[in-house]
Amino acid sequence: MSLRIVVCVKYVPDATGDRHFADDLTVDRDDVDGLLSELDEYAVEQALQIADEADDAEITVLTVGPEDAKDALRKALSMGADKAVHVEDDDLHGTDVMGTSLVLAKAIEKTGYDLVICGMASTDGTMGVLPAILAERLNVPQVTLLSEVSVEGGAEGTVKGRRDGDTASEQLEAALPAVVSVTDQSGEARYPSFKGIMAAKKKPVEALELDDLDIDADEVGLEGAWTAVDSAAERPARTAGTIVKDEGEGGKQLAAFLAEQKFI
Amino acid sequence: MAEVLVYVDHVDGAVRKPTLELLTLARRIGEPVAVALGNGAADTAAALAEHGATRVLTADAPEFADYLVVPKVDALQAAYAAVSPVAVLVPSSAEGKEIAARLAVRIKSGIITDAVDLEAGDEGPVATQSAFAASFTTKSRITQGTPVITVKPNSAAVEAAPAAGAVEALEVSFSAAATGTKVVSRTPRESTGRPELTEAAIVVSGGRGVNGAENFSIIEKLADSLGAAVGASRAAVDAGWYPHSNQVGQTGKSVSPQLYIANGISGAIQHRAGMQTSKTIVAVNKDAEAPIFDLVDYGVVGDLFEVVPQLTQEIETRKG
Repeated sequence: MSLRIVVCVKYVPDATGDRHFADDLTVDRDDVDGLLSELDEYAVEQALQIADEADDAEITVLTVGPEDAKDALRKALSMGADKAVHVEDDDLHGTDVMGTSLVLAKAIEKTGYDLVICGMASTDGTMGVLPAILAERLNVPQVTLLSEVSVEGGAEGTVKGRRDGDTASEQLEAALPAVVSVTDQSGEARYPSFKGIMAAKKKPVEALELDDLDIDADEVGLEGAWTAVDSAAERPARTAGTIVKDEGEGGKQLAAFLAEQKFI
Repeated sequence: MAEVLVYVDHVDGAVRKPTLELLTLARRIGEPVAVALGNGAADTAAALAEHGATRVLTADAPEFADYLVVPKVDALQAAYAAVSPVAVLVPSSAEGKEIAARLAVRIKSGIITDAVDLEAGDEGPVATQSAFAASFTTKSRITQGTPVITVKPNSAAVEAAPAAGAVEALEVSFSAAATGTKVVSRTPRESTGRPELTEAAIVVSGGRGVNGAENFSIIEKLADSLGAAVGASRAAVDAGWYPHSNQVGQTGKSVSPQLYIANGISGAIQHRAGMQTSKTIVAVNKDAEAPIFDLVDYGVVGDLFEVVPQLTQEIETRKG
């Protein structure tokens, strides 16, 4: 039986752009360019490599987000994913990680899966907890923060990987179905080829709304969120410091500054 | 008085500093009740009591080491059920965040991650977070269930606040999911003898300008002269010059030390995200236009191969 891989991706504001909050203190997605989160490219890449190794595999790339989030799906399809699912609904605006994970879990179940692959975190929210929450919601093993990953035995098989933690490096193993997340150390993501970009235009993108997933509007959105942001303030610019040009005494001058600040 | 559950990060009974910081924050909200799991759990009690834990709930079982994350979630949930706390605080390590998140789903609570400060508020604890590569500061609350909050290292001072710290055994029955992901083998990271990157008071980092793995020795020498941790930019890590475990930035560690010294680092957004909340920032870079100089309290435009060894030597001389 074909190995069904679902890759969860997020459409995020460009981290190199001028990111800010909208009036309702949600992430402003209108006034800044968006793109497929860089950290999710690693997830797509590992899905493609696992699919290459498997006898038979199908990769579905899944996102929850506004109309523009299709760009993220298109990018993943042009890298080589087979099809896409886009959950889009006006009621989703302002959804927090609990609501998003609920929507993703239902969409993953509806799509059918043996392996879910996520990036290690989003580049906008940066929580890094969604893969663990998905595993909890789907009630399948969590095999997360892997810098190496492989699948043996197809859809009925096992997933193995290496998790590099603060104090130790661990070899992990779990039976499928499972939820995996991969780090930016898992391997450089490929660039879409021209052929891939052309092919992506013909790949199917399924559109789903909350009704299709039996989710009520009050379970998601800003009102349904289990957290509330009360204020967001731009960090004051750091006061301009002293900058000297090294004329042979730069190291000593720096030492004098550190001594003055009581670091030495 | 209301009790606050504090998840203890420890290595074989040695409590890590971020947990002690967490006790400082927990005392602003209520009486800290610590939960320590795994090998050496009971040995944590003395340090926890000294810093304000009124009770220390402990459990040890092979499952904590043999399987990933879920056994610890089961135990924390058991502690939650036994204590009925007003909040659950967990250190913001990779594992800590995963444990906290799964607990939050189970107890139907909202979660806030990577708080850098915490205060009591009329509607529950108010958490301060940094957003968008630390260019914004937000204040947030949890509006559903018992607040579950993970807190970053260096977010509060460690304070002595002696309390009873009575050790109590925690009854844990593991869920079916507990044994889902097996830890087949574990290779401890070799100790460098330097402070842990996220916990260090001083961090000395090297970037593209260091230009080679062998040259990192001059960064290490400066770090050692200050008792500092060593960091590296993504460029240096991607080039294979320094281990990923030392990467500072968006996809690496986020640090907030008293002093951050950036050497040969341009200061791209990816790096700034991980260090711009440092109290004092110093940079050495040969490019006067490098964006890192917008952040610094003191900057030297010059060749790091000249400036850094001179700095190290001057520090050694001043120390006598």
